[in-house]
Parts: sequence; C-alpha cells; structure tokens
Amino acid sequence: MTGRSIRAAAATVMAAALTFGAAACSNPGNGAAASGAKDSAVVGIAYEPDSLNPLLGYGKDGNSKIFDGLLAFDEDMRLRPALAAELPDVSADRLTYTYKLRKGVRFSDGTPFSAKDVVFTYRTVLDEKTNNASRTELDAVGDVRADGDDTVVFTLKYPYAPFAQRTVLPIAPEHIAGRQDVNTGPFTTKPIGTGPYILTGWSKGEKISFKANPDYWGGAPAVKKFTMAIIKDDDVRATRLRAGDLDGAILPPNLAKGFEGEQGRKTHRATTYDYRTVTLPTGNKVAGDTAVRRALDIAVDRQAMVDSILDGAGKPAYGPVPTGSEWFTEGTRRRHDLAGAKKILDEAGWKPGKDGIRVKNGVRAAFPLWYLTGDKLRQDHALAYASDAKKAGIDITTKAGTWEVIEPRMEHDAVLAGGGAPGDPDFDQYLLLNSALAGDGFNNMARYVNPAVDKALETGRRSDDKATRKAAYDTVQRELVKNPGYTFLTHIDHLYVVNDKWDGLTTQVEPHDHGLASGPWWNVEDWTPKK
Amino acid sequence: MARMAGRRALLAVPVLVTVTFAVFAVAAASPFDPVKAYTGSAGLTASQENLDQIRANLGVDQPLVSRWWDWLTSALTGDLGDSSVMRQPVADVIAERIGWSALLALTAFALAIVLGTALGVLAARRRGGLLDRCVSSLAYTLEAAPAFWLGLLAIWFFALELGVLPAGGLTDTASDTVTAGQVARHLVLPAAVLGVSQLPWFFLYVRQGVGDALDEDPVRGARARGLAERTVLVGHALRSGMLPMLTLIGSRVPELITGALLVETVFSWPGIAAATVQAATSVDFPLLAALTVLATAAVLLGNLLSDLLYGLADPRVGFDG
Repeated sequence: MTGRSIRAAAATVMAAALTFGAAACSNPGNGAAASGAKDSAVVGIAYEPDSLNPLLGYGKDGNSKIFDGLLAFDEDMRLRPALAAELPDVSADRLTYTYKLRKGVRFSDGTPFSAKDVVFTYRTVLDEKTNNASRTELDAVGDVRADGDDTVVFTLKYPYAPFAQRTVLPIAPEHIAGRQDVNTGPFTTKPIGTGPYILTGWSKGEKISFKANPDYWGGAPAVKKFTMAIIKDDDVRATRLRAGDLDGAILPPNLAKGFEGEQGRKTHRATTYDYRTVTLPTGNKVAGDTAVRRALDIAVDRQAMVDSILDGAGKPAYGPVPTGSEWFTEGTRRRHDLAGAKKILDEAGWKPGKDGIRVKNGVRAAFPLWYLTGDKLRQDHALAYASDAKKAGIDITTKAGTWEVIEPRMEHDAVLAGGGAPGDPDFDQYLLLNSALAGDGFNNMARYVNPAVDKALETGRRSDDKATRKAAYDTVQRELVKNPGYTFLTHIDHLYVVNDKWDGLTTQVEPHDHGLASGPWWNVEDWTPKK
Repeated sequence: MARMAGRRALLAVPVLVTVTFAVFAVAAASPFDPVKAYTGSAGLTASQENLDQIRANLGVDQPLVSRWWDWLTSALTGDLGDSSVMRQPVADVIAERIGWSALLALTAFALAIVLGTALGVLAARRRGGLLDRCVSSLAYTLEAAPAFWLGLLAIWFFALELGVLPAGGLTDTASDTVTAGQVARHLVLPAAVLGVSQLPWFFLYVRQGVGDALDEDPVRGARARGLAERTVLVGHALRSGMLPMLTLIGSRVPELITGALLVETVFSWPGIAAATVQAATSVDFPLLAALTVLATAAVLLGNLLSDLLYGLADPRVGFDG
C-alpha cells in the first residue's frame, strides 16, 4: 500500500466514523416539552428496578404505574378495588377468594383485559422456572382459575389472613408476555399494562419516562408526562434538584435540610416501617444469652440515634412495628436505662473484668457486629450501638463487609440489618421471627427461637378476627421485651423535596425498599397542576 | 501493511479466547454471588429453596469450564446469550449502548488530540514562555486529577453556578425523544471532561517532541534556508515531533476506556461503561465476557492503529513490525 492510498483509506474511515456519530444522534423527534411545564413532572430516584416485568417481581407491593393489581392500597394503606370490581368474596372456611373483575378495561395496546390474564400472571409467578425471588409471598396459593371472563377464584392451601393484601400484584397481558421467554424476553424492558401510565422509554442507568394513558379506566391523569431520573449519588441528586433539572427527589435528612423553608419547594416526610435492627444470633455465647440481650435492649439510647444520626427524621423502634401504627403494643416502649442494664448483667453473673469488659465463666462479653460496606446510615447505627454497649461493659467490634462476606457469618456474628413491610404485620414478622425459618436464606437472621412467638405468629396469620390478630401480635411484641433476639433501633422517615406546583400530594406509610413505588409520586395520576 | 494487519488479527484470536476464559475464571473466584446480585433486595427475604431454584435457572451452578465452553461455542454461532443483570439478550444490551459510548469516546479523543497538539506546538515554540509555563503546570495538575472529580467539578460550575449546560443524561430529563441538538448539548460536559483528562499526555508529548525537533539540524537548516516559520513548524518540526504521539494514541485507548467508565457514571451517560460495572459486580458472565472481548479488541486495534500511523509518518519504520 502506498502512503497516498493509506491516507485515502484513513480519510474514508474518519468519514464513516463521523457519519456514524451523526446518525446515532439524528434520531428525529419533536422538540422536548419545556421542562417545568405544568403537566409534566420529573423526579429523581435512587434505585433503579432490575426489570419492569411484574412476573419477575416488579411492583409486587402495588403502585407500579404501568400496571394495576386486582386490588390497590389507598393513602392509609387500606385495600380498595382496582382491576377487581369490588373487594373479594371470601368463603366461610377462608380458603376460597373470589374476585369479580372490572368490565371494559383494556391494556394500553387496546386488547381487552380478562380473567385469563390474571390466571396467567399468578401461574407464571408460581412457576419455578420463573426467576422471581418473591415467590414465597404467594406460598399460600394452592390454585388459581378463571370462572368465565370476569371472575377469578383463588384456592388457598391454608387460611392466610393477609392474602388479599398480596393481590395488589400487577397483572401482565397473556397475549404478549405469554409468548416469550419470561426471564429475558422483550416484555421485561417494554412492558404493556392497564395502568395510568404508558412506558415511553427506559434508558438504563439514566431515566424511565412515561406518558399518561388517555384511556385509563380510572380517568386520564392530569400529569401528562412523568419522568423518573435515576441518580444513585445523593449529592448529585440534590445538585440536579437545585439546578432545576428535577421537580422532586428523595434526599437523605442532611441534604433535605438545605432546602428547608425555600420558596416554591416543599419537603414531604413519609413515615415508614423501615427499621434498623441488630441481630443477636442465638448461636453466639454472648449475644445468645437472654440477660445480655435484655441489657443491650435498654442500654441503647434510641432517641440519641434519631437526633444525631437521622437529624430527627425518624422514631425510636422497639420492635418491627412502628410506634405510630395501630398494631403497636402500648407499654412496650423501653426507657434508656444504663444503670438497669448493668444491674441485669450483674445479676446474671456477667462481672466486669480488668479492662472493664464483663466476663462470665471465662467467656468475655464481646462479639462482632457487621454492617454493609458503603451504607453510611448502617455504619452510624453500628458505631452508636457499639459505643452504648461499651458503657454497659459489652465489647462490640464493628466490621464492614458485603453480603457475600456477611452471610456465612450470620449464624454467630451480629449484623446491622434493615427491613420492614407495611400492609400487614404478618409480612415481615413471620419471616423475621419464626423459628422454622431460622437461617433460611436471609429469613430469621438471628435464628430466634421462642415457642410463644411461633404460636402467636401462626394465630396472627390464620385468624381473620381483627381482635384475635391484634392480641397475637401484642404477644409477639411483649415476648420481644422479655427475650429480645434483635435490638431494634430506629424507624427511618423518608424525605422528599418537591416543587410546590401541584395539588394532591400525599405520602403512604412506606416499606424498607424505597424505589419507584414510594414517595409523593405513589399517586402521581391523581395530581392536578396548581392554578 | 496488510500483512501486518493480518498477522495481528491472527494473533488476536488466541488472545481474545484466553481473555474470555480469564474473565470467567476471575469472576468465578470472586466473592460475589450472581444469585444475590440477580435477586437484589428481594433476595434478602427469599427462602433458600427459592434462591436455589433461581441458581439452577440461571445455570450458575454449572462448573466453570463447561459454562465458559457453552458461552464460547454459542458466541461463535452469533448467540451472545442473555444478560442476567439487564434481563435481556447481551446483543441488545450492547447494541443499545455502544453507539453512545463511541460518540463520547471519539469526541473526547478528537478534542484531546487537536487541543493537545495545538497547545503543544505553541508551547514548544516559546519554551519557558508564559503560555508554556501556564499550560505545562496545568497539564501536570490535570494528570493527577481523577476524571470523576473533574466531572463533579464541571457539574458544579457549569450546571449549578452558571446554569448553562445540563448536568447529566443523554437528553433533557423531561424529554423522551432523542434529538441531535439535545445530545450535542448534553455531550459537551462529559466529552470535555474526558477529553481534558486525556489532554496532558498529548500536550506533554507534542511539546517535548516538537521542542526537540526544533533544535535538530534539519530544522535549523530549513530555517537557514529562509523558509517561513509556519512551514518550519508544521512541515518539519511537527512531523517528527508527532512520532511519539502516534504511539501514544494507541496506548491511550485502555486509559480512555477506564476514563469513560467513570465519566459515564458521573454524567448518567447511557453508554457501555455503566453496563460493564454492573456486569462485573453482578457476576453476569455472558455480558461481562462480551464486553471484555470488545474492550480487548479495542485495545488491540488501538495498538495496530498507532503502529500503522507510525509507519505511515516515518517510512524508515515500515510495516513489518
């Protein structure tokens, strides 16, 4: 090849590259709606969903925007009908749930919604070839079948009181999702549902955009365009909110503070079931001792954690149930009582050693406490807990690790864990405290064993009488005072800063996960622009 | 020249195959659990039975060698497999993203080369002058500055303080159509940051090369013959001064890839780099292997390109390698 021809070739390559670059960005389209238009909203969220496919677990707790469930939660977490025309008809033995379906509902591609879509959705989720990690939540379902086009009948294997709460699960269209690989098919990124919004784009790692579904059965939403920008870094999210790029965002308490009292912006505070707790593994000689557990339970200064770590955005936690909930048992609040803690330890034979750390039968009162690397909130909680414990003579070493490192050690080492699910007390308590689930994956991480609690959990799960259930969960909370297998520390409020240009913003009681479904945008379809 | 390209292509095959196996081996030895990555927070409340079933469904319970062999043989038939973390075929993941990464990287590269060369020549002309001293010290500072820090700085200054450029994303956050104008506006900051982070190397090489060349006999001779200063500078000094930079172009490719990785993350740029990070931390074998092959190929091509350019610029070197 001569120099000349090489130069020509190089020029061709350059030209091709430029053409490619130009082609890549010349995808024609109408100009963007001006940001800040009254009928569009852009919010910043911290977590991106893995998929938008309800069959793989997306939106299982309701509020999926693109989809509807048979039922939905309202602002106060009460069930209301959605794709079902009314609340289900429950048989006398409470093993059969019959749902009458709403008539005239269509998927956004125009296809009518019917009972076969419901049956398809539940059967696919229950199919073990479907990679759905939340399948256990539907464990009670024995069979689901259609009775004509507008009736669906669930048969349960055992009476399960909160079953109706599980039917907020979004319904997928069989004529689309049923014709492709459920785990990797195009439906996972291009979903079609019956919901108030239609997905218009999902640029992974950047944003998810929606437009209002004009034919929504609940009425066309007033916010016509809705965008969720995915911004993992808290500081960048706050920066983009300040720059006017976002209309609202979830922010940690210290950053939300910077927007306080600002004209045109409002901070919305959602109370939650989101707790931070320390697992006290039964298999550990120190943490497994009831006296140590009880001492730690009153040696920690929960209010100080709320004030200093959460900047006041939270509440002390005494169990999985937040103090503001109707399921909370009054009289189970614990006062911060360092002297009382020391007394309990003294009486149980844990005597202070030379270095101030207590010893009993040659066992030093010390154990490690793990927290998730990079999680500042958990780290702060862990350090505060260790410092409180030290004052009572218990030596807790905090260690950071990923779940891969922590999981094999959960049987003997303490972990700073988080969790919480509103809706029904059964949802997290059964998994957290049931001895049959001790060490099953991440269920009952502390391997807590208490027959009285086991019995109460079973009663709470099976009974449909509210008073009986309340009594059962009261028993659980009182047992946790007598023998705390976990030290519950705080319930954390979630803070959202939103531009004040809409009416109708509210928040629900939120779960531990705060992704797309939570925040004031849980009902963006009901917002109306301010005049 | 064609022979050199052909020989390099042949050599690339065993290199690429070895690299994919290494990726599988390293990923398998890593402490990350693909099932945990796949299930995310849902996995934290899932039963062991449920998790075991997903492990079997994903095929990650198979031994390392058979998993790699399955991937390799189906990749050769054009099936790159399914990405577990993205829940879609690997080919789709790459097709959706590679264009945006290429656009970003090429723009940044062009910026770094053009700006670096221009500044380098100017600085070499008056070594020790004001421009030389300013730009040189700036270049040394930039060399030490991490790209993500520059990115955050740029967001703070241009998007927040001045409010003239968007802080992130491919298009305006509120828009869901991709227009050339929007992409161009959104490209400015990430490309500038990535370009500027690469700039010092080009600048310093050109400055040194051209400076040395200006002191050499042929240039002095040209000056003595009364040729115009521009001709001397561009025709003689730059031509020989550029030689070390041509090697540099190829060797900067890996650096460009890692730089793009950080810059894409800071600016929420929907390119391939963000997918690479996710694939790695989620032990997503098919996606990780495909992306590594791509990156390796880019590096090999970069080296080939710089050798070719070198041969082109300096006939004494030739193409025999």
